[in-house]
Amino acid sequence: MLIMAGHVAVAIALAMRGIGNRRAVLLGAAPLAAMFLWAVAAIVMGEALDGRALIADLEWLPALGVSLAIRIDALSLIFLTLISGVGLAIVVFSGGYMKKAPFPGRFLALLVLFAAAMSGLVAVDNVFGLFVFWELTTVTSYLLIGFDDRKGSARAAAFQAILTTGLGGLALLAGLVLLSQASGTTSVAEIVATPPSGGVVSAALGLVLVGVFTKSAQAPFHFWLPGAMAAPTPVSAYLHSATMVKAGIFLLIRLAPGFAGDPIWGPTVVTVGLVTMVIGAWRALRQTDLKLLLAYGTVSQLGLMTALAGIGSPPVLHAAVAIVVAHSFFKAALFLTMGTVDSAAGTRDLRLLSGLAKVLPVLAVAGGLAAASMAGIAPLLGFLSKEAAFAALIKEDEWIALGVIAAASIATVGYALRFWWGAFGTKPFALESGSGEAAFARPTAALVLPPLVLAVIGLVFGAAPGGLDRLVSAAAPGGKLILWPGWNLALTVSGIVVVAGLVLHVRRDSVSRFQGLSARWAHERLHMPSADRGYESAVSGLNRFADRVTGIVQNGSLPIYLAIILTVVVGVPAVAWAVSGGGWQEPQWAYSVAEAVLAVFVAACALAVTWSQSRLAAVLLLGAVGYAVAGLFVVYAAPDLALTLLLVETITVAMFAFVLLRLPRRFEIYKWRIRGWVRGAVALAVGVFVSAGTLIAAAQRTTRPVSEQYAELAPAAGGTNVVNVILTDFRALDTLGEITVVAIAALGVAALVAGLRSPAGRET
Amino acid sequence: MRIQPSQLLETGSRTIVPTLLVVSVFLLVVGHNAPGGGFVGGLLAGSGLLVVFLTGGGTAVRELLRARPTTLIGSGIAVAMTTALGGLLFGGSLLTSGKLDLDLGWFGKLEVGSTLIFDIGVYLVVVGLVATVLLHLGDAEGAHE
Repeated sequence: MLIMAGHVAVAIALAMRGIGNRRAVLLGAAPLAAMFLWAVAAIVMGEALDGRALIADLEWLPALGVSLAIRIDALSLIFLTLISGVGLAIVVFSGGYMKKAPFPGRFLALLVLFAAAMSGLVAVDNVFGLFVFWELTTVTSYLLIGFDDRKGSARAAAFQAILTTGLGGLALLAGLVLLSQASGTTSVAEIVATPPSGGVVSAALGLVLVGVFTKSAQAPFHFWLPGAMAAPTPVSAYLHSATMVKAGIFLLIRLAPGFAGDPIWGPTVVTVGLVTMVIGAWRALRQTDLKLLLAYGTVSQLGLMTALAGIGSPPVLHAAVAIVVAHSFFKAALFLTMGTVDSAAGTRDLRLLSGLAKVLPVLAVAGGLAAASMAGIAPLLGFLSKEAAFAALIKEDEWIALGVIAAASIATVGYALRFWWGAFGTKPFALESGSGEAAFARPTAALVLPPLVLAVIGLVFGAAPGGLDRLVSAAAPGGKLILWPGWNLALTVSGIVVVAGLVLHVRRDSVSRFQGLSARWAHERLHMPSADRGYESAVSGLNRFADRVTGIVQNGSLPIYLAIILTVVVGVPAVAWAVSGGGWQEPQWAYSVAEAVLAVFVAACALAVTWSQSRLAAVLLLGAVGYAVAGLFVVYAAPDLALTLLLVETITVAMFAFVLLRLPRRFEIYKWRIRGWVRGAVALAVGVFVSAGTLIAAAQRTTRPVSEQYAELAPAAGGTNVVNVILTDFRALDTLGEITVVAIAALGVAALVAGLRSPAGRET
Repeated sequence: MRIQPSQLLETGSRTIVPTLLVVSVFLLVVGHNAPGGGFVGGLLAGSGLLVVFLTGGGTAVRELLRARPTTLIGSGIAVAMTTALGGLLFGGSLLTSGKLDLDLGWFGKLEVGSTLIFDIGVYLVVVGLVATVLLHLGDAEGAHE
């Protein structure tokens, strides 16, 4: 928790302008490094390895059951290590990559905040806390994707991402609320330990899945992830590897032990995962932009993880966690490699790049290791985890899933090769020979080292999987990561996949011709809608619908608005009162002479307002009403209220006067849309309603009034002015809300007046 | 809008405005135990601004404030939020209050609670609101923000 607070502090410091790039990188790296060290220390100490969890409870809104209960077990630790470790590499990398960006500090601040939100997400146990962090990652990723805010495409992509994942977030909230209602606890761990069941739970799980699928870019919501490629490369690398998209996978793995057996959950998740995996792999094979190739690769890999988490039996889950780890390292390394290639050669189109392996040997090795890990070639971590998945699927008799995954893995090998060949290979038929070597900029160490380190980690864990296996097993027991399992069926499948992938790469020309044909066929014959198109029509449809509704509801007549609002205000409670059988308290007309005089005065002024022809007179009369009411408060010995009202009235009258200067002196005489007597009737009804309502409410009292308790408790809260203690202590949350409303109102006034002043709506 | 300040108003405002501002701070500080508080204090300071506006127009208000009204509002919310989160930090729940007794010797004793800091936030927001409305609604040609 302290570390997270540190993140926020650093982010604020970074947001200040004028911090140099180098210092910003150091500052940004500090909290991530601290978290990384902490996570590694926690792993080495071994608490989590024995299946225990670190628990720290932190109340937030205890009355609502919302808390920031921290519960860090092995799974959380794995994610925390990934988030901080990969994050560290990316901060170092972006120090080199974003050198020319306008605000390096702001960028790193967002990155660090995002990392903090993501860490919170994996560490928190309370469902509401989970949702809050989930949304925080959505918002910060929106800012990151749209970081280059002068580029229209970046803004559009960011908007698409926040709409999609935001929608999913709402579904997730609904799902989580239903789940916690059904199980009677707000702790995720307890829900999973004793999973509820029934129709409501199935609906809740469906909603949770919408949230998961949008976040983790599963079909049919996969479109936002390739779109988010408009982000700066370090951001893409981070979103795609250790964070954001992994949030959904994390939740799936978290919930899998409890709900894998659910009749809807399992099949849905597995189907969606497999479909996404195939779509992603298929598309990745077609891309000529290296970044898009990797993006679709991520979609495909996420599909794989989703499917495995959906099957959810222990050995499969074990493999899923292993793949999460492997994927984080190799995908971050691949993205960073691509970023370096991009910044060195000035392009990331694989048709233009050629012969980079000779110029950038170290980077080529890093990219090669990472790509090999993605393809699942021994002895890299990618191989071990995929091997574990195959073995687990064979063990669980999931032959269909095995077939689909193997087929998609062939494509994975294909696009991994395509990536490396595209980035580094020497191509005789490159469109421009030499690939713009004139613009070639030698990358600095900050650009080469991070991908290399990440790639080598994959090699180290692949060659010596013992320690990692212990950790993964602690998170999801039931499987084993082994480098050389002996000659068995799983290894045979791996072998076939690699060979077939090689073939796919060698015959890439016929493959792409076939893809082009089939894409045209699907488009023309089947009119297959693309997910991206679906998103567009959904958004524009919603806009049209909103337009039409606004046209009907908002007809532009203030009297009609008021009449409708007031009628509802009066009508609904009146009906409720009549239905409930009535009952009211005998009124006490007046306690003192002063009271009576003031009351009559108020009534007279109020009546006079309605007859007044001059605007200024009407405003002054309204002020008089206010002052008289303040006088009533004085009579009732409520100095705070009287004082406040007096000041409010003074300022209001003055402000009215400013507005009046721009209006004609007298009320226009024109034909009202609502006749006078209707308005009179509505006004009368409201008046009767308010006074009668007060009397009726007084008669309905069933418990002791809270005001008495307030008076008793006020001294304990450190004050004797009850009104103020209520405002700043008992109901401080309300006050906080109110001042926020006040602030928004002020901004609204400013914007409104600025808009009026210049019709184009441009601020002067 | 151009207001021609009257001699009377201008002379009067020289004593009224400082008084209003001092009293508004007084109300803010004593609010916890006597009538007053952030809302009332802020409104009183706001009416001080109103008088300044009537005599000197938008420029005078801007000179007096030195900060932009939106900055006031923002910092007000930030202050209130900070005390709200402060409760969390010291192990309580959101918005838990704590306090500190200060002995000011000559001026008597003052209890500075976190509620007072919260009230300062409220005060700032209210002053900011009044200033925003004054500068935007009242000042036709000014408001170059």
